Amino acid sequence: MYKNHMHLEFDSRSENERFARVTAAAFATQLNPIMEELSDIKTAVSEAVTNAIVHGYENHTGTVILEGEIVDRTIILTVKDYGVGIADVKKAMEPLFTTKPEEERAGMGFMFMEAFMDELKVESKPDEGTCVIMKKTIIER
Amino acid sequence: MSQEVGTEEIGIVVEDDTMIIRAGGELDHHNAVELRTLVDRELIKGKIKNVIFDFTDTNFMDSSGIGTIIGRQKIMESIGGSVRVRNMNPNISRIFQISGLHKIIKVQE
Ligand SMILES: Nc1ncnc2c1ncn2[C@@H]1O[C@H](COP(=O)(O)OP(=O)(O)OP(=O)(O)O)[C@@H](O)[C@H]1O
Ligand SMILES: [Mg+2]
Repeated sequence: MYKNHMHLEFDSRSENERFARVTAAAFATQLNPIMEELSDIKTAVSEAVTNAIVHGYENHTGTVILEGEIVDRTIILTVKDYGVGIADVKKAMEPLFTTKPEEERAGMGFMFMEAFMDELKVESKPDEGTCVIMKKTIIER
Repeated sequence: MSQEVGTEEIGIVVEDDTMIIRAGGELDHHNAVELRTLVDRELIKGKIKNVIFDFTDTNFMDSSGIGTIIGRQKIMESIGGSVRVRNMNPNISRIFQISGLHKIIKVQE
């Protein structure tokens, strides 16, 4: 069984949104994904990291963790914050649901994560933080 | 007469009542904040009737970009203007379709 792991911690600054998605995509390249799959991974990670920054830490400084794991042909990406957390995860994941319409948030982040990854799991507790786990299998070509 | 404002990445060209927005390389939350500030500073003058998002140089966009387009659409709708998009690469086009935005915003050929 092929296995690999990476762990990244960074400040919740918007500059790091790009850093995080590009790093996740670079980690994924060992599975030889096609461009579209790389784009899927970039978008999903960008959404989760942006959520940690704008919702989790509400634009205050905190630490965001990005973890990558590869097991055989599957990449598992975890984005974690120790921010405000989500009281009702089911509700938060509904398409178009947003708590920040005044910041022009569309409520589409979770929708994109779901569309672009094979599996999405969200664990959260108010005042403790949020953990988003995403999986995608890259078929061998 | 045309007038140009913007940064290295984001380019805004105003020609008569039309504003063309070159969205820059990556339209994420980080860049969207700056783009909105630049765009709205022009829109507030009240002369613009057509806004065109041009994605020629853009290779990445996420929900923050979608939110930015919807936000400008709301502003333009309130003054009887329009928003269009053009030159989207396949990845951006996919985001656009999944978001459902293609139902309310015209893609210019
Ligand atoms: N890491 C997080 N910490 C706290 N709340 C979160 C977090 N991630 C998501 N949420 C909550 O879930 C809601 C839905 O998230 P989602 O990403 O789908 O939409 P959005 O961020 O509001 O808008 P968009 O992603 O389209 O800009 C958010 O409005 C927020 O209330
Ligand atoms: Mg979001």
